[in-house]
Amino acid sequence: MRQRDTGRYKAFSRRAFLLGGGKLALMSTLVGRMYYLQVVEADQYAMLADENRINIRLLAPPRGRILDRFGNEVASNRQNYQVVLIPEQTNGVGQTLDKLATLVPVDEDDYTRVLRDVKRKRSFVPIPVVEHLSWDEFARVNANIPDLPGVQLEVGETRDYPFGENLAHIVGYVGAVSEKDLTDDPLLELPGFRIGKSGVERIYDLDLRGKAGNSRVEVNAYGRVIRELTRKDGQPGNDLVLTIDVSLQEYVTKRLADESAAVTVMDIHTGDVLAMASTPAFDPNAFNVGLSHAYWKELNTNKKKPLISKTIAGQYPPGSTFKMIVALAAMEAGVAGPDYKVHCNGRHKVGNHTFHCWKRGGHGWVDMVQSIQKSCDVYFYDIARKTGINRIAAMAERFGLGAPTGIDLPNERAGLVPTKEWKQALRGSPWQQGDTVNIGIGQGYLLLTPLQMAVMAARIANGGFAVTPRLTRRIDEEVKPAESMNLSTAAMKVVKRGMDNVVNHRRGTAYAARIKEEDMAMAGKTGSVQVRRISKAERRTRVRKNEEKPWEERDHAMFVAYAPLDAPRYAISVVVEHGGGGSKAAAPIARDVLIETQKRDPARQEPISTSQFQGLRKREG
Amino acid sequence: MSSLGDREVRLTIGQKLWDINWGLVLLLTIVASVGFIMLYSVANGSLDPWARVQMIRFAAGIVLMFFVALIDIRVWMRYSYLIYGIGLLLLVGVEFKGTVGMGAQRWIDLGFFRLQPSEVVKIALVLALARYFHGRQLEDVSRPHYLLVPLLLVAVPVVLVLRQPDLGTAILLALGSGALFLLAGVRLWMFGAVLAAIVAAVPLAWQFLRPYQQDRILTFLNPERDPLGAGYHIMQSKIAFGAGGITGKGYMLGTQSHLNFLPEKQTDFIFTMLAEEFGLVGGLALLGIYLLILAYGYAIAFRSRNQFGRLVALGISTTFFLYVFINIAMVMGLVPVVGVPLPMISFGGTAMMALLIGYGLVISVFIHRDVEIPRRSGGGLP
Repeated sequence: MRQRDTGRYKAFSRRAFLLGGGKLALMSTLVGRMYYLQVVEADQYAMLADENRINIRLLAPPRGRILDRFGNEVASNRQNYQVVLIPEQTNGVGQTLDKLATLVPVDEDDYTRVLRDVKRKRSFVPIPVVEHLSWDEFARVNANIPDLPGVQLEVGETRDYPFGENLAHIVGYVGAVSEKDLTDDPLLELPGFRIGKSGVERIYDLDLRGKAGNSRVEVNAYGRVIRELTRKDGQPGNDLVLTIDVSLQEYVTKRLADESAAVTVMDIHTGDVLAMASTPAFDPNAFNVGLSHAYWKELNTNKKKPLISKTIAGQYPPGSTFKMIVALAAMEAGVAGPDYKVHCNGRHKVGNHTFHCWKRGGHGWVDMVQSIQKSCDVYFYDIARKTGINRIAAMAERFGLGAPTGIDLPNERAGLVPTKEWKQALRGSPWQQGDTVNIGIGQGYLLLTPLQMAVMAARIANGGFAVTPRLTRRIDEEVKPAESMNLSTAAMKVVKRGMDNVVNHRRGTAYAARIKEEDMAMAGKTGSVQVRRISKAERRTRVRKNEEKPWEERDHAMFVAYAPLDAPRYAISVVVEHGGGGSKAAAPIARDVLIETQKRDPARQEPISTSQFQGLRKREG
Repeated sequence: MSSLGDREVRLTIGQKLWDINWGLVLLLTIVASVGFIMLYSVANGSLDPWARVQMIRFAAGIVLMFFVALIDIRVWMRYSYLIYGIGLLLLVGVEFKGTVGMGAQRWIDLGFFRLQPSEVVKIALVLALARYFHGRQLEDVSRPHYLLVPLLLVAVPVVLVLRQPDLGTAILLALGSGALFLLAGVRLWMFGAVLAAIVAAVPLAWQFLRPYQQDRILTFLNPERDPLGAGYHIMQSKIAFGAGGITGKGYMLGTQSHLNFLPEKQTDFIFTMLAEEFGLVGGLALLGIYLLILAYGYAIAFRSRNQFGRLVALGISTTFFLYVFINIAMVMGLVPVVGVPLPMISFGGTAMMALLIGYGLVISVFIHRDVEIPRRSGGGLP
């Protein structure tokens, strides 16, 4: 019995050691694995643990302000009063919304959006209910906060354009980031982040934007923020100073009233654009807070095209305002001197085609100065043909026409100064004498932007220096004197004399719009551009007056000018779409604006110092 | 047949109390206390909802353990088959009346206590097998017709548990029983044969696994297969281990645990939390304590003068070891997630009760170490 059990005991012991050895071996693998995880791979896993729990949240820096030349804010950051709701803290979302609706406007769309978000998001995530509240509304909600569990008030930032439509085409607006705006700047992926979408806001976006700050927060597995670990505030965007005088700008916009027009006023020496208006415009604030469907539709269907900045993106045949360029080309080519005379009987034949002067009976004998003063078409038909298209085009290009002026705005167009080669390449037909004749009076293929017309006027006014327009003032910038265009002083004198006579001579086309104050007197040139060719039938019977035609068929009215006469400082271009004659529709606007400009005299006022602002970089592309 | 030894005829209660392995009791208490500390941390520094309940259970369990320990080992031997039968009945009962939890029928609600029959069966199976092998001669153990009964004893509960389905417990039962077969002296080649048979049967068994079980195994083999679903738990657990490093992140400072990246940390993944907060040092210390508890089981088995006692002591110890190994291997990504708790530490009533009762039996083996039980005896008292 005992013997037998001893046998079993021995067998048991052997097996027990075997089993125990197996257990120890298995235990060793546990220790080995622990060592591997906690010592060998520890760093990698520690990093993964931090990746789990640490979220980096970007902090949007305040966007730089945009100021006018005297420091008035034209784009600033306004506090945006918002109401948000944290579902898990409410006693029912619907009930809370009902209560809120008695205090601030909560429309049906807000209801559906909030209720949808409540379902989609975790219950501790704040959901925006309404924003852009007035201070009164904000205060009302604030007073009732104890009765509104789960409701929180927040103050965000939103862009504000205090001058609204006045500067819409210059300053532009900010909007949500779209797919194609994405770069490696993480700020762009921040929900609700706004970037410049047009105007200066767009072209200087990088400077205005600033650098992102960040906040490292600890979150749990469900994404709830537990605490903030560190915080690094971002670098605010740089302020930007415009060359615009906002008071003058306001005056111009008001003066244009309901016209579909473009006006540019610039300093002929520095190139500073002091006012630049394109009407009608739009309210940039509406783009920022969310455009209503009705407003968007209105903007898009309005035949006066409020979304387009006509000053830089509108292209028009300059009409008779181009005659100075033709005159200068002719004089430089030596085909016609100041004393060159042409007899105008109202008609000019080229081959079997007859070109008409705007004055039915003709002007009789006219010389160079008179031709400008009276805007005699026949005179220019004649000298244009003698000069030839390519010499006219070369002169136009010296005045900066046919190429973008390089102003700091997006979407500027180049206009078009045609040459023989251009026509052959693009139209596939050879240049005709008649084409040159048309260019002679600023029509045909020729297209200029209103800004280019202003630059042209400025370069005449400053005696032939290649000034370029600019909208912003850079840090402590020394204004480089514009380069000379090497024009003959005598020729310039003739052209300026002509422009003087246009306005100040009793027989000048814009005499009615002259400035009577002697020290503010202006010189200018009118232009009227046919939108529709005058038919032969009309010529035989009677040319309809502009007032009799539908708006779309009326002539474009043009006027370029500078002032004061003796020591010019300001140049202006006025284009009134379908305004009728330049002398009637455009010249009076130029007169009023130049009077206001000279009264304010912004070019001679001390502007705000830019030394406090950082240098500027243009956004690429 | 009644030539019983002199010393063990009757032991007084006092003698028995004196003989209790107080060292083992202390070790068990230490492990349970580690559990309380961790459960307190899981609740972010609160006794509720886990630590307090676990303490009460432990207190009740310790009393029960002493009660079990003081009862004569021969009584336990006599009622072994009865206890096994009750265990089986409970398992069948859970089939019909069980409460579904975590997608499986696993417990019976007794009102004050949720009884998991599978835990009862773990102890009952050890008792039944120990009694069976106690009655067999060493030469007979490996004979096929003698093996039929113990194999059936194992197969019935394993199949019932698999039907719940609870793969973890089924594996635990099978491996624990295997250890008893080994200790009883079954030929080693037979184990080799069974192992080969299992390998051959794997493709067939695969068909019977539930999709979630298949998923767990596939995910175990390749955790990146589903980093947000099933693989997520293991990935997060490994991260917590690594983040803990050598000395740990500090008590109640584990980010993986406290920020809820770690799942099921009051139950299956509690060792991970310990490793994150106390590091490699803490993990090894706990393993050391477990090893000491296992060593006690061996010491007691070698001291016992009856085969039943020896088999019970090592059978319980082996079950305990399997719990420890499978749980820790599982949370470290060494074996698939099968849902085995960490003994004495994971929150859970029946498992703790079963283990304490089990160690009550081990202590009883020690107290009655000198009792010699004849091979053919049914375990009756003198």
